[in-house]
Amino acid sequence: MTVTAGDLRGQVADFLATHDPKTLPRLEFLRARFDAGLAWVHFPGGLGGQDAPRALQAAVDAAFAEAGAPDNDPRRIGIGLGMAAPTILAFGTDEQRRRYLRPLWTGEEVWCQLFSEPGAGSDLAALATRAVRDGDDWVVTGQKVWTSSAHLAQWAILVTRTDPDVPKHQGMTYFLCDMTAPGVEVRPLRQITGEAEFNEVFLTEVRIPDTQRIGAVGEGWKVAQTTLMNERVAIGGVALPREGGMLGVLTKTWRERPELRTPELRDRLVRLWVEGESLRLAGDRLRQQLTAGAPGPEGSAMKVAFAELNQKLSGLELELLGEEGLRYDEWAMRRPEQVDFLGREAGYRYLRAKGNSIEGGTSEVLRNIISERVLGLPSEPRVDKDVAWKDLPR
Amino acid sequence: MSSPNLVYSDVEEDLRASVRSLLADRAGPAEVLGRTETADPYDRNLWHTLAADLGAAGLMVPEAHGGHGASARETAVVLEELGRSVAPVPFLGSAVLATSALLGTGDELLPRLASGELTGALAVPLSTAPGSPFPATVRADGTLTGEVRTVADASVAEVFVVPATSADGPGLYAVDAAETTVAEVVSLDLTRRIADVTFSGATARPIVRGAAAESAVDSALTTAAGLLASEQTGLTEWALTETVTYLKGRYQFGRPVGGFQSLKHRLATLYTELVGARAAARYAADALAGGYDVPIAVAVAQARVSPIAVHATEEAIQLHGGIGMTWEHPAHLYLKRAKSDELAFGTPGRHRARLADLVELPA
Repeated sequence: MTVTAGDLRGQVADFLATHDPKTLPRLEFLRARFDAGLAWVHFPGGLGGQDAPRALQAAVDAAFAEAGAPDNDPRRIGIGLGMAAPTILAFGTDEQRRRYLRPLWTGEEVWCQLFSEPGAGSDLAALATRAVRDGDDWVVTGQKVWTSSAHLAQWAILVTRTDPDVPKHQGMTYFLCDMTAPGVEVRPLRQITGEAEFNEVFLTEVRIPDTQRIGAVGEGWKVAQTTLMNERVAIGGVALPREGGMLGVLTKTWRERPELRTPELRDRLVRLWVEGESLRLAGDRLRQQLTAGAPGPEGSAMKVAFAELNQKLSGLELELLGEEGLRYDEWAMRRPEQVDFLGREAGYRYLRAKGNSIEGGTSEVLRNIISERVLGLPSEPRVDKDVAWKDLPR
Repeated sequence: MSSPNLVYSDVEEDLRASVRSLLADRAGPAEVLGRTETADPYDRNLWHTLAADLGAAGLMVPEAHGGHGASARETAVVLEELGRSVAPVPFLGSAVLATSALLGTGDELLPRLASGELTGALAVPLSTAPGSPFPATVRADGTLTGEVRTVADASVAEVFVVPATSADGPGLYAVDAAETTVAEVVSLDLTRRIADVTFSGATARPIVRGAAAESAVDSALTTAAGLLASEQTGLTEWALTETVTYLKGRYQFGRPVGGFQSLKHRLATLYTELVGARAAARYAADALAGGYDVPIAVAVAQARVSPIAVHATEEAIQLHGGIGMTWEHPAHLYLKRAKSDELAFGTPGRHRARLADLVELPA
């Protein structure tokens, strides 16, 4: 029997009748919501859901929001919700699922992702962080980079090299790493903008019990693919209004500051308006396809297009501002919990947008993905396929 | 604003499959190319099958006026397929332009155009943009006198819907093709012909006058501009698909050319543009069908999709190498259509200027 949106609305109403969000402490409310199977309805029973269609989640969230219920701050815990949880669900043991998913969803335990390394970004499978078996533990040593929330996180999803003698995709193993364990050191990584949104994480003989391994030894690449697929689903998931985001910042300035206008800038602004609107519509279209159960392959293309558009818009904003564009709001190193793209000034936006075509898959890698997986063009010649990881040039 | 529906329905996909199958059988690249230099460049049999047997000509026409009571959305799907095959049929001139001009008038011609029994054309230059002043080159004085240049699909039209001005102001008239002189000009676009149409005291039947005539013409131009984006999406899709197929099979330097990253990235860029084009075109079709946000939707579609279709067909020529420059490869037919479409119903620059006013981005 399939759960319907109506069933779920009824369940939310019943839940709210016995759990008053105004009197119940926030955490207690969220734990009870999880236990009632109303956290992520597409998850299995006992793990926050009830095997309902994923598309029905939006209605549940809306019903709780309408009742003024506390939310689990999904932006701050985005990596846990979007990447760790689906991976633990797919590859974790029953014990691991029961241990980690509930505090992950309620936000009691924040997660980060220890994937990228200084020598392995786009070529993730080249990673060098070693994990060596020692009795019931693994001993992990290496360096990770670009880690959002590492300074706030209790747990990390971690991919390591466990066998350097086989080709790079085969010798990897996936773990859950306790960020408070001895040997874990988190250092802020200061960026082009001056702030430190990310971290470097140094792992020095960190002991991880084998019970925190996810998937089989040597199967880390397969597990990581599940994590990364879920990352791509999460990108571009939010519906924007017309003139939303960066375009809205620019049109507002244009309307309020007639002294800045020139015909040349106007033509460029309108071109970008058109691009922005068609990209917004493409996002709507992709979401409608998802809702209809026929997801299209447009996501990677939208990520590429969004990155370019945001860079062009933020560059145009500085030119429009002219003399004011020469100033910067502040270079002091800050550690924001999340990027305040629209809240900072134009110079910050211009610099931060440079990351849009690098983070979450570079535009170059995404164009390879589009051309190979969507258009079916031949893949790049691979020189590292049958070579043991330890023999690869680096 | 109502909630736009940007995905294709099952009914639309069925319609697409029928049209695609018909065009695959009867309008393959060799047939289309072969026809371009004959005395009969339009395929009237194909047009009859499409318009009458498949019912494509009457999709936008209400059942009360002899049509199928579908909408601009379904018509747009037909145009996508016609774009993919650059089939030489007067669909744009008859089923889109002439038919849209008459939709609000309930004129007696509507059922005959909708059934495909009669082929019509709207006597305006193909380059006329929505929002242009009412055409002033034809005078109505009992009969019609004047000339309209570069009318799309005019050489096969049996009836003209003609905007003309009399002492009483603007009016819309029906004129039998036998009453006119149609001089086909050499068109940039080999598969959609244009002609100069001359009226020398032509007998004309008044359809509507005054503001109703003005709005009929503007509505036809708006509908055609919005739906042309779907044809342009079809051109883009053809150019991308065909180029990908070619580059997979073409070997140079010991590898398929499609395996070189510089070319793969250009194709990925075209795909990215196609994603945006399709969304903008679908939005215009849905807006026209639902009667919401039409001016902005149409301006966005034309400003965005026209240059993308031109870019895609230009890339098809370049990436086919020398073959792309030959007459026997069909790529040139698509480039010619794409570039002509860019000029049709207002250039992208003109639509951007209009959009700037519509969304209040003042100079």
